[in-house]
Amino acid sequence: MTIHSARLLDQLGYGETPIHRLDPRAKTLATLGFILIVVSFPKYDVAPLIPLALYPLAFMILGQIPPGVILKRTLAVSPFAVLVGIFNPLFDTEPMVRIAGLSISGGWVSFASILVRFVLTISAALALVATTSFPRICQGLDALKVPRAFIVQMLFLYRYLFVLVEEALRLRRARDLRRFGRRRGLRPRVAASLIGVLFLRTYERAERVYLAMCARGFDGHVRLARRLRFGWRDAAFVTGTVAACLILRLVPVVHWLGRWGESWL
Amino acid sequence: MHMADALLSPTVGGGFIAASGGLLAYSAWRLGREPDKRRVPLMGVLGAFVFAVMMINFTIPGTGSSGHLVGGMLLAILLGPYAAFLVIASVLVVQSLFFLDGGILALGTNIFNMGVWPCFFGLLIYRAIAGRQSRAWRLWLAAVVSVVVSLELGAVGVVLQTLLSHRTDLPFGRFLALMAGIHLPIALVEGVITATVVQYVRALRPGAVGIGERGMQAAANGAVGGDRLVPVLISFLGLAILTGGVFAQFASSHPDGLEWSLAQTQKGGTDPNAPPVPSWERVQNRLALMPNYDFPRGANEPTPAATETQSPRGPWPEVRVGTSLAGIVGAVLTLAVVCVLAGALYWIRPHRKASL
Repeated sequence: MTIHSARLLDQLGYGETPIHRLDPRAKTLATLGFILIVVSFPKYDVAPLIPLALYPLAFMILGQIPPGVILKRTLAVSPFAVLVGIFNPLFDTEPMVRIAGLSISGGWVSFASILVRFVLTISAALALVATTSFPRICQGLDALKVPRAFIVQMLFLYRYLFVLVEEALRLRRARDLRRFGRRRGLRPRVAASLIGVLFLRTYERAERVYLAMCARGFDGHVRLARRLRFGWRDAAFVTGTVAACLILRLVPVVHWLGRWGESWL
Repeated sequence: MHMADALLSPTVGGGFIAASGGLLAYSAWRLGREPDKRRVPLMGVLGAFVFAVMMINFTIPGTGSSGHLVGGMLLAILLGPYAAFLVIASVLVVQSLFFLDGGILALGTNIFNMGVWPCFFGLLIYRAIAGRQSRAWRLWLAAVVSVVVSLELGAVGVVLQTLLSHRTDLPFGRFLALMAGIHLPIALVEGVITATVVQYVRALRPGAVGIGERGMQAAANGAVGGDRLVPVLISFLGLAILTGGVFAQFASSHPDGLEWSLAQTQKGGTDPNAPPVPSWERVQNRLALMPNYDFPRGANEPTPAATETQSPRGPWPEVRVGTSLAGIVGAVLTLAVVCVLAGALYWIRPHRKASL
């Protein structure tokens, strides 16, 4: 994930669709419930996880998120889970599934399961942030009694994130201009002094921000406007999502479908 | 270094969310007790600074690969433990949402691995080595040692959480060696850069180091080793060991809390005469498309009739080719249904241009 795609994701959060208008608390809780249920499936489950893909899909379709964005971002994520999972086929070589004489070991099945989990959890998080602006997520968390100091911290971080990244990119550009095309990367010592300069600029910026806040009557307490209403739509959304996921977790729908399809063949 | 949702079990993920959340609430309360107005914008802007630092890539000597500063220890040294912990936690939240590093459920583990060790443990080491009016070499040594220790502890945390979740088959020893080995050079470079930055800042802006604790009743004045930190740390370590032990117990006897509780409820529901273990296995079989471990292991394919008659347990017969075929047919059919439903949703949604 680059800073560029993070900004794109941020802009998507300010859209106006029925999904965007849902209460941020409802969306956060539903996402968390969804991820918990996905993660609770046994290690060797692959097929039962597939119908759960409907949740992020519905979120993205109704939230009008361009599918290309989602696909590219999901694939571009640094794949720690994939790196760890790829070892499963090496250590778990008991044959598990046989199709037409071809036997597949348990390791490959559990690796496939990790991949499916990875795609589901990542796309659920992506669907949340692409349909909810970060300030609204923070408002929701504030209403859920997350400590105020932490909420204020996240709002400030969000406010200055892109500003400071641009500051860093300016530093980097200045340095690139002065190395006359030499392709070597930064030595740690040069990087450290760039970071030091960046820190001092950041520090001074914080001082200016503080003075500006004082000029506007800042007394140490940050007040947040609270304009959230948890309506029946939101309640229905949370209960519907969690109930549907729980049913898919408890009832072997895919198995039934498979037997039906098999008898039909 | 970021733990991912896909590798976690609900028990481990939830447990660490509780642990990190508790510590977060404690840190927020500690900061709120001494409201230093200046600190509010500084902490926020420094959180953004961490992202800016990631734009400055440097080459790691000897390997030719490039990396960037993670900055946990740097924040701890510059801000003090509680403020730095809040900043790191906020950075991880934004990373999990906008940069998709880690995941939402994995936030607890990530805050624990990358926040707790530098802010509470690493800082203790740093202060013990660096002392008050430290000379340059002591500062360097302190920074490098504390960064290496806290990063390696974080790596060990990732290994333990992964293994407790039972989603991978990596053996403990090899996984640990792999993670510790990968993180050692990274930690050394991070330590050197942290030391250089701290020295640089101290030379140009002596007031900026330890700013987060300025309001904390001159605690920094006398305290070399952070006297107040020790009881917190000890009680916290005790808590961690306790929860770790409980997790391990729980994880070994029942692979996963949710599965276990499901089994409990189902056991109550189905016929009471059945002995507990077969009932549990029946539940497993019903929940899992490809139930664990009891597949014909490389033996000749038994005839369907034989399996049917010998089937030792309840409604679902022993897995054989037919059943795994059923599984795959089911998966394909489900995929088709999902696609059809998604297409239907696409058609019925209000067709308007997304307003950016």
